[in-house]
Amino acid sequence: MKVMAQMAMVMNLDKCIGCHTCSVTCKQAWTNRAGTEYVWFNNVETRPGQGYPRRYEDQEEWQGGWELNKRGRLKLKAGGRLKKLATIFSNPKMPSIQDYYEPWTYDYATLTDAPAQEHTPVARPKSLISGKDMKISWSSNWDDDLGGSAATAEHDPVLKKVGDKVKFEFEQTFMFYLPRICEHCLNPSCAASCPSGAIYKRTEDGIVLVDQDRCRGWRMCVSGCPYKKVYFNHRTGKAEKCTFCFPRVEVGLPTVCAETCVGRLRYIGLVLYDADRVLEAASVMPESALYEAQRSILLDPHDPEVMRAAERDGVPRDWIDAAQRSPVNALINTYKVALPLHPEYRTMPMVWYIPPLSPVVDVVRETGEDAEKRENLFAAIDVLRIPIEYLAELFTAGDVAPVDGVLRKLAAMRSYMRDINLGRDPDGAIPAAVGMGEEEMYDMYRLLALAKYDERY
Amino acid sequence: MDGAFSDALVRTRRFFTKGTVSADLRTLTKTGGRGADDFYRDRWSHDKVVRSTHGVNCTGSCSWKVYVKDGIITWETQQTDYPSVGPDRPEYEPRGCPRGAAFSWYTYSPTRVRYPYIRGVLLEMYREAKRQYGGDPVKAWAHIVDNPLRAKAYKAARGKGGLVRATWDEATEMVAAAYVHTIKKWGPDRVAGFSPIPAMSMVSHASGARFTSLIGGSMLSFYDWYADLPVASPQVFGDQTDVPESGDWWDAGYLIMWGSNVPVTRTPDAHWMTEARYRGQKVVVVSPDYADNVKFADEWLPAAPGTDGALAMAMGHVILKEFFVDRETPYFIAYTKKYTDLPYLVVLDPGGDGTAYRPGKFLTAADLPAHAGEENAHFKTALIDSRTDEVVVPNGSLGHRFGEAGAGKWNLDLGEVDPRLTLLGSGGESVQVELPRFDDASTSLIRGVPVRRVGDQVVTTVFDLMLAQYGVGRPGLPGAWPASYDDADAPYTPAWQETVTGVPAVAAARIAREFAANAEESRGRSMILMGAGTNHWFHSDTIYRGFLTLTTLTGCQGVNGGGWAHYVGQEKCRPITGWAQLAFGLDWLRPPRQMIHTAYWYLHTNQYRYDTFSADTVAASTGRGLLAGMSTADVIAKSARMGWMPSYPTFNRNPLDLADEAAAAGRPAAEHVVEQLKSGDLRFAAEDPDSPENFPRVLAIWRANLLGSSGKGNEYFLKHLLGTDNSLRATEAGDGQRPREVDWHEQAPEGKLDLLLTLDFRQTSTTIFSDVVLPAATWYEKHDLNTTDMHPFVHSFNPAIAPPWQTRTDWDAWQVIATKFSELAEGNLDTRRDIVAVPLLHDTPDAMANPHGVVRDWKHGECEPVPGVTMPKIVEVERDYTAIGAQMQALGPLLDKLGTTTKGVTYDVAASIDFLRSKNGAVRGGPADGRPSLKRDVHACEAILALSGTTNGHLATQGFKTLEKRTGTRLHDLAAEHEGKRITFADTQAAPVPVITSPEWSGTEAGGRRYSPFTINVERLKPWHTLTGRQHFYLDHDWMTELGENLPVYRPPLNMAALFAETPVGDVGGAAVEGVTVRYLTPHSKWSIHSEYQDNLFMLSLSRGGQTIWMSDKDAAKVGVQDNDWIEAVNRNGVVVARAIVSHRMPEGTVYMHHAQDRLIDVPIAETSGKRGGIHNSLTRILVKPSHVIGGYAQLSFAFNYLGPTGNQRDEVTVIRKRSQEVTY
Repeated sequence: MKVMAQMAMVMNLDKCIGCHTCSVTCKQAWTNRAGTEYVWFNNVETRPGQGYPRRYEDQEEWQGGWELNKRGRLKLKAGGRLKKLATIFSNPKMPSIQDYYEPWTYDYATLTDAPAQEHTPVARPKSLISGKDMKISWSSNWDDDLGGSAATAEHDPVLKKVGDKVKFEFEQTFMFYLPRICEHCLNPSCAASCPSGAIYKRTEDGIVLVDQDRCRGWRMCVSGCPYKKVYFNHRTGKAEKCTFCFPRVEVGLPTVCAETCVGRLRYIGLVLYDADRVLEAASVMPESALYEAQRSILLDPHDPEVMRAAERDGVPRDWIDAAQRSPVNALINTYKVALPLHPEYRTMPMVWYIPPLSPVVDVVRETGEDAEKRENLFAAIDVLRIPIEYLAELFTAGDVAPVDGVLRKLAAMRSYMRDINLGRDPDGAIPAAVGMGEEEMYDMYRLLALAKYDERY
Repeated sequence: MDGAFSDALVRTRRFFTKGTVSADLRTLTKTGGRGADDFYRDRWSHDKVVRSTHGVNCTGSCSWKVYVKDGIITWETQQTDYPSVGPDRPEYEPRGCPRGAAFSWYTYSPTRVRYPYIRGVLLEMYREAKRQYGGDPVKAWAHIVDNPLRAKAYKAARGKGGLVRATWDEATEMVAAAYVHTIKKWGPDRVAGFSPIPAMSMVSHASGARFTSLIGGSMLSFYDWYADLPVASPQVFGDQTDVPESGDWWDAGYLIMWGSNVPVTRTPDAHWMTEARYRGQKVVVVSPDYADNVKFADEWLPAAPGTDGALAMAMGHVILKEFFVDRETPYFIAYTKKYTDLPYLVVLDPGGDGTAYRPGKFLTAADLPAHAGEENAHFKTALIDSRTDEVVVPNGSLGHRFGEAGAGKWNLDLGEVDPRLTLLGSGGESVQVELPRFDDASTSLIRGVPVRRVGDQVVTTVFDLMLAQYGVGRPGLPGAWPASYDDADAPYTPAWQETVTGVPAVAAARIAREFAANAEESRGRSMILMGAGTNHWFHSDTIYRGFLTLTTLTGCQGVNGGGWAHYVGQEKCRPITGWAQLAFGLDWLRPPRQMIHTAYWYLHTNQYRYDTFSADTVAASTGRGLLAGMSTADVIAKSARMGWMPSYPTFNRNPLDLADEAAAAGRPAAEHVVEQLKSGDLRFAAEDPDSPENFPRVLAIWRANLLGSSGKGNEYFLKHLLGTDNSLRATEAGDGQRPREVDWHEQAPEGKLDLLLTLDFRQTSTTIFSDVVLPAATWYEKHDLNTTDMHPFVHSFNPAIAPPWQTRTDWDAWQVIATKFSELAEGNLDTRRDIVAVPLLHDTPDAMANPHGVVRDWKHGECEPVPGVTMPKIVEVERDYTAIGAQMQALGPLLDKLGTTTKGVTYDVAASIDFLRSKNGAVRGGPADGRPSLKRDVHACEAILALSGTTNGHLATQGFKTLEKRTGTRLHDLAAEHEGKRITFADTQAAPVPVITSPEWSGTEAGGRRYSPFTINVERLKPWHTLTGRQHFYLDHDWMTELGENLPVYRPPLNMAALFAETPVGDVGGAAVEGVTVRYLTPHSKWSIHSEYQDNLFMLSLSRGGQTIWMSDKDAAKVGVQDNDWIEAVNRNGVVVARAIVSHRMPEGTVYMHHAQDRLIDVPIAETSGKRGGIHNSLTRILVKPSHVIGGYAQLSFAFNYLGPTGNQRDEVTVIRKRSQEVTY
């Protein structure tokens, strides 16, 4: 056992309102400069939707992440290191700027400077790449609030997998938001792809960084990252990525995206993991076993043996304490309501998500029943507006059981708390039905609902 | 790893790096030696962090950290230091939204207004004229504007570029000259100022408002103009708007979000909703589209746009039937008896042909021999005590609020009286009443009510009328009643509403049942969160009354976690008293001129000329014809001359000259005005708005974007007010359709306005049309105060940097203008007497001017013109125009004498003035000698805080003690815990500070509870400010009867096709323009707040980067439109060019063009007009509802931003056409 500490994040999608405040504050703080105009370390996608850069999840196209070779050994999907070396000067597997989007501005000054003329002055869009007039036809957030579209569905790799579960009809509309930052993976394919050794994980907290001095701009990391969260700064010619706001984290402040999250849905905390077991966990088959495998290498910080090993491996005492109090650990391991994004990429991502619960009851409603009633509650999960298969494609490599388990816990929590809210006697059978105790359920409620600043970070 | 050779290759990495390659070779870790990452560390470093916020048109009131490095603002993130709301609830942090987070972009953006600008053609003329007149600015201005050719030359150039830089001296001199000339020639009420929503930056709002008020100009209202004012609130509660803070959503057990897209429009508050679900709150959304908030809902009821009233009525039907008739719910019965007008008696009038009766007026003490002689008997309503079966007159009605006899009796204490809700079974007699319906206006409803005879009058209770109106039958009553919930033909059953809204009947009934059952179990913790989606319709007051019926019947009003939660626009200015003194110059002169904005532009942008229907189009079949033959302009003129609503300009003569005439004639001003009016020598300006002496001449706008945002009927503004190019396509009214009592000029004037002055920090659709643009400081460059209804804190703006380039704060700029004005007033104006006409005011005895709300028009000989009773009060005011500059800068002496008055409570503020004299320092010398200074914005902040009960515990306690004398109940303990607390500006700089419970508002925060409105009324038996003192289901004013709106009722959206003889919604190709006809809605945008930000590069980058219209895939298919195609939206009001966003989440037949997308960003030339495409309001226009100009009667009395016609815009339709995809600019 080699104990290492990792900063991780959980986002509760059930609370995400899709406001994009995180994107703006992150952009303002980090990438509001020449060379990174198109770069959003943090972006928010409306799902269903193509995402940013568009169709980044189509690894058949982009070849990001890892896969198992014929012998069951882990290899970079884009090809082994030999291939990388061979193609170092012409990396073909990269989204073009058009796939991200062509950033633009406007000739605002004309509003003030326009001479006397026939029409009211107007600021036209100008490409920040070419400086020329343009018609805006794609952006980092083009899909916003569409809930997908029949016109683009065929290009959506996730939709392809769930087949006809999703229809683009008014009555069947659903959507939710997926905020994304770098996953700060335990098994980062960006780092493994870098011919220069410029991408590294910080030993003490696992934050994945690009060494700006060593980066030679080969862009293999851009290809290697299946989440497309490493970007190429076209001014400096170097790769840049989300830094988990290390200058803030180092002094005890949460990341910008987390602290400014108006939905109060981001949790930051430390987890301990067994570095010796990462390769093994990342190599399990089938893909649907990856969620549990990934969870299994996270160590219980309360386990005396783990604590001893951690101390041995140089994890400071207060960090162990932090791991014990970590809301991230609680959500992933205690309550088991947080799931990793696309575990099938085998990068062991460290930003986890609580899948969205609502809205639950449309079908039940038509029967004239109250779906929030206890007896109808779990039946309602089966008729979620958001097809559970769609969520499973995002979080559990297609296995619906863990997603179903999370949603049942959330629904049970609401039902259990309603009794308390209205002054009735609480019903212990409700948490029991999802394998939880009453106090455990109440604690989970406090963490998810009250979500005090001190407890989120 | 994948292979031996790879392994070997990677192993070599160890030799080239200081990091550690993992044993399995996957990855690289590294400790120390990270100099390469200094770039990010440097980027994060900063010199200071300053607290500020964003100051207009946003409910958020979020406190922000503004980061500064090397004297440059870098970015902002949210503050997280709100005081805790307690250990068992979520906190307020980190309030904010992406719009706010992107604000700092403006500081250095290329759209920043850095210098003063004047339209070149005007500036040249001015310089030339000044030379000609020996440097006299006033004469120079007169030389330009009084010459039609010269005036036309610069007015026609408005909006077409050609702004040139000027100096502050030159610009303010020209502006001051325009003011002086206009006041001298036309009168001070020909000058207007517009700046909305003071709560968000009180000092910035007060700056120009103070100047405008001191010179006698008219401040234009905003809450009603924005259509954000829910007129139902004054109607039902006698209150402008008072709502729970968002933290109180947490307390609700059941939440319906109805027409309010919380994640988008209440972004900082939305978390309460998502979190309260975890506490077991059930959430229901009513929205025509799959809006952002539907994602969080347990149920989505997609009611067709504008039909929400029908759904609410059906829910009311279910609640009345199941919780009042089938079973008497004890909590609901007790609540409605005590806190509503349900038990009060209404006189029934015999019908015309002797068959059905019609609901008439409230029975009052004046009708009862035993009480007729009492003080204010006409304003004391009556009910039957079930113990004695006698008619009694309980305490707490309007008649007890004023006068000697009412002292100690204005309360809701019923004593031993047990009000009888229904007369059924107490005597047996019943009659049929005729009630209007509007879904099928050709018929009416005939339903029976139990009655009693009082003297020779037939009476029933409001409750019995409600059951008749809602169609809830009881055995033994005559009339036609619904057979069951499934009766689709009979209003207001669940099945009937399904035919109107499309919501399944079973769902409507069940939601109603759940809502009420939750309220019963939780004692009132069911809440309806409502907003612009249901409030911006022509008939929104009826929609809202339908909602308020649900929350009031179920005992949810005045309960934490329950009741209405209306959020659009008002944004509570918590220290309202202090702000009002400063903003309206009440410390120097009273009364100020305050105008209903909607009527102002309805007349002055000539939209009334395009009304091709008469005012009685909206009357009910059961009406008496009171509006027959009148145009809406006639209705407004009538309201003005009866003193119901304000009207500025008031008379067709300069009020300064009128005062001189009165003096010359040696009689009091009021007497002179009455004599002149009676002889016909003097007329109301509203009776001839197109005559040059009645034009608005000078308009100043700050903190606002009238022509890019709120200006309904944008093209009418451009044509008639500004006199420049426009895309107006409407036809004027023909002979038989024109006003009768308002003069018609054959040629409509164009370019009425002489000066459009705007202060802003960015170029907007308003600045580019302005004659003078002054560069303003941004929110990060000044001191100010900020509050909201969404949270209970007051916090501050502070300058992160000094105003850059030549920008100035609003407070500074208006002082400069005022000083210049006073200089030019020497010899031109000096000291003049001004005659101010004041309407009958709410919260004063004026509200008792019209017993029973009977219309009496002196002009028609129905009564004598008596100022303050049948016409406006006439007040003479002396203005020393040379002292305005000095008055701006000091707190005036009138406060010492008169104190301050808010909502009927007068405060002695002597101690506050002494405090301010010490805190701010006193002015030495001049007209303001010895007065507390207001020179700096910080002084103004201190004055606002010191003069308000919410921020000065001494005043709050004093106010409650004053109120106790009237109510006879205990109140002052509510503020006692904070009596010694005085919030200073420094406190607000340190952190957001919770406010103090004060009689200025209806809820209590005592003991640290969440704010919910009317909790003082409910818990301390303080009456509502209404006729009965209770919440009103019934309104008995003549015009309410005329419109068929005595009771809650469903009124469909206006039928624009019928009003303007156009193609109906759904039509493809039959319109004047080829395309699909759709309903046109303008909801609030995710990417801009309505007068700000649509030009912000971050917001544009995250959206589609220019004007867009959302439409359904089905409508798009009808006209061959693909996502992101260029389209044009065309109707009689104008033309818009935009790109389409095609989505199946939109309902067929409706398009959304989000509010306030300025025409400045990527708007091409329209094919339809050959001119620049318009803004969202290019397709709308003003339509005034006659009942909104009722005044002088109980809660239907005017107060500024409290009551007035709404600038609604939701009922509009447009044609969407595909255009050439080649666009030109």
